[in-house]
Amino acid sequence: MSGKLLAAGGGKVIIPNFGHGTACLRRNGWFCLGWLRQHWGDTLQPALLQHVELTVIAVGLGFAIAFLLALVGFRFRPADGPLGALGDILYTIPSIAFFELLIPLTGLTLTTIEIPLVSYTLFVLYRNLVAGLRGVPAEALESARGMGMTRLQRFLRVELPLAAPAVLAGVRVATVSTVSIATVAAFLIREGLGAPIFDALQQPGIFRTELLAAGGLAILLALAADALLAGLQRALTPWSRRP
Amino acid sequence: MPTEAAELVFDEATKVYPGRDGAAVDHLSLTVPAGEICVLVGPSGGGKTTALKLVNRLIPLTSGDVRIDGTSVLEHDLVELRRSIGYVIQQVGLFPHMTVEGNIGTVPRLLGWPRRRIRQRVEELLELVGLDPEADRRRFPSQLSGGQQQRVGLARALAANPPLMLMDEPFGAIDPIVRARLQDEFLRLQGELRKTVVFVTHDVDEAIKLGDRIAILREGGRLAQYDTPERVLAQPADAFVAEFVGRDRALKALSLHTLGELELRPAAGDGLLRLPAETSLRDALALLVAEHREALLVTAADGSPLGVATREDLLR
Amino acid sequence: MTAASVFVDAVRFIPHHASLLLDKTGETAELSFAALGIAVVLALPLGLWLGHRGRGLLLALGVSSLGRALPSIALIALGIAILGIGFWNNTAALVVLGVPPLLTNAYFAVAGVDRHAVEAARGMGMSERQILARVELPLGLPLVLAGLRIAAVFVIATATIAGVAGGGGLGEIIANQASYGLAGVLAASFCVSALALLTAGALALAQRAARHRLAPST
Repeated sequence: MSGKLLAAGGGKVIIPNFGHGTACLRRNGWFCLGWLRQHWGDTLQPALLQHVELTVIAVGLGFAIAFLLALVGFRFRPADGPLGALGDILYTIPSIAFFELLIPLTGLTLTTIEIPLVSYTLFVLYRNLVAGLRGVPAEALESARGMGMTRLQRFLRVELPLAAPAVLAGVRVATVSTVSIATVAAFLIREGLGAPIFDALQQPGIFRTELLAAGGLAILLALAADALLAGLQRALTPWSRRP
Repeated sequence: MPTEAAELVFDEATKVYPGRDGAAVDHLSLTVPAGEICVLVGPSGGGKTTALKLVNRLIPLTSGDVRIDGTSVLEHDLVELRRSIGYVIQQVGLFPHMTVEGNIGTVPRLLGWPRRRIRQRVEELLELVGLDPEADRRRFPSQLSGGQQQRVGLARALAANPPLMLMDEPFGAIDPIVRARLQDEFLRLQGELRKTVVFVTHDVDEAIKLGDRIAILREGGRLAQYDTPERVLAQPADAFVAEFVGRDRALKALSLHTLGELELRPAAGDGLLRLPAETSLRDALALLVAEHREALLVTAADGSPLGVATREDLLR
Repeated sequence: MTAASVFVDAVRFIPHHASLLLDKTGETAELSFAALGIAVVLALPLGLWLGHRGRGLLLALGVSSLGRALPSIALIALGIAILGIGFWNNTAALVVLGVPPLLTNAYFAVAGVDRHAVEAARGMGMSERQILARVELPLGLPLVLAGLRIAAVFVIATATIAGVAGGGGLGEIIANQASYGLAGVLAASFCVSALALLTAGALALAQRAARHRLAPST
């Protein structure tokens, strides 16, 4: 789906070609309830669910990979620099460009979308994981060692819980950013909330209701995810009250 | 720029924090004569740091006044006031992004001194506080030890030659051996510079060692006693002061005098312990007890005998 | 067509259409840096001052969360829907996106400076502005530059998307595979990536230089 150049909109009275000519639609209102109710099931809801799916896969995979990389970077300091730099570079590549550059390699598939999304989460998650692990106070580990905990026990019972706040903070940032970036995905394949947004953009004069609905849903999704994860963070780590 | 030390007066100075019971500093009144060290000492919560910060207005007065050489601190321009007072805190607060030279030269630069004058002053001060002007001027705080950082902090406070110095537990974070050395050097410095100093500490021994006068503040910021160390130890004003200075205050008082101050008996007898005249009576007594001796021989700096002192003489 | 041959085509596209690509890159760069400049002017002083006063933590955190949650596409689209297509309209949307990381990082950069150094500075008689300029800003500079880098990357990426929506620049090429072919689209993608990487790289170097000034012994 290559985008078309928009017709220079500006007219105030537009009749979108849906065949339903309610007064609200005819004047291109921002909030046409009728249209929303009618197209929730076939346009908005599926897009929302696809978007959630895209995000969950990206953050899940990203976390798994970042976790492994962080363990390496944490243990072998010399590897930390290059790994961090790799994440930096991947993050810097603009999302559209990244998607496009993958097309010859992976075609117009879900993989093409997920690879850049995962890379962007890597940037945030890797740094936060390493910082979290490094931030564990040495005294706590010393006491654990003195108490007779094995290496694995120290890792599971001391290091991970104490690194959790930083990690969860990173997951929050990564999730919210992914929801936002995933809207660009619709440029390539019709998945996620970006699709209705692009559709709306391509109507002559821009279909406002659809635009506001899809865009609004994306923002709400991001904020809801943020709030959810913040609650999770507070529930799992009651000892860490971040200011 | 004043080079004379200033007289500092607390006049019913009071600080009350809204919403908190009682005052942090409660009608504090005392006079620090020019050129003296006044040590504010007391238990935590006694308001000594608060009282200190009333002087340079880091904490605003609720009522009462603080006067430097007769002029209220409220009448001075805030920034100018602070530039004319040397301020040293426990954690020093050196600027990590500036060299030692840069740190020390901060207030002179604020005052607009010419560069050459600043350079000379920095050299002077580094020598004064016992650092090496050549080697240390270009170093950064992260490259210095704790004791060295404290010296730089002191030099920085002295840079513009202020008539008044405020010091808030400056040696608190230093280990005891280095602390003793810094205290001695500070006394030597004060002997040369004769500044008016207000010094806050929670350590009674430090107060006795350094203070020309000690002000003991009790909880609630009230002045319990303001006197020379001797009189505080000999005649504590009440039970609180007596408790605070410690039950061993008689022994502490011994540390205020040296062997050289005693009337000595003629030197006689062999095999006596030899101690220099600068030894404090307390240290001398401790040694006599440890060695189960009754008398010792006091010597001058070159080792020549000055006279004999017995246990009785020390205890009188 | 194999992947390799497509890439080869793309690489060949570049010299053949050098002036076009340069033009378009210039357009994207112009849009991005204009927006960044405005965002810096708006966000930095505010963030630095709030951090110095220690107020507005909730504001800083809220802005940063919101900034991340705004899908760039939606913002561009809203901008077009409300204001129509144009340089300044796109710039406005980019400024809105660039402000949050700048504001947040400026705040935490200043608020995170060693409080004892600040107390010593105040006790010595530095005015509030002098404290900010001579102590807090130099010490917080690395974090501020990090925020600038994030904002720059974000703005350049979104400026490209604006091109998709009729904003000109390299995005225009990417949106027009029909006219320029996949090779052209890929070439444009190379170019915008290069622009982003160079800008980020320059800022990363600046950041490292700033950090070295603070810990010269390491």
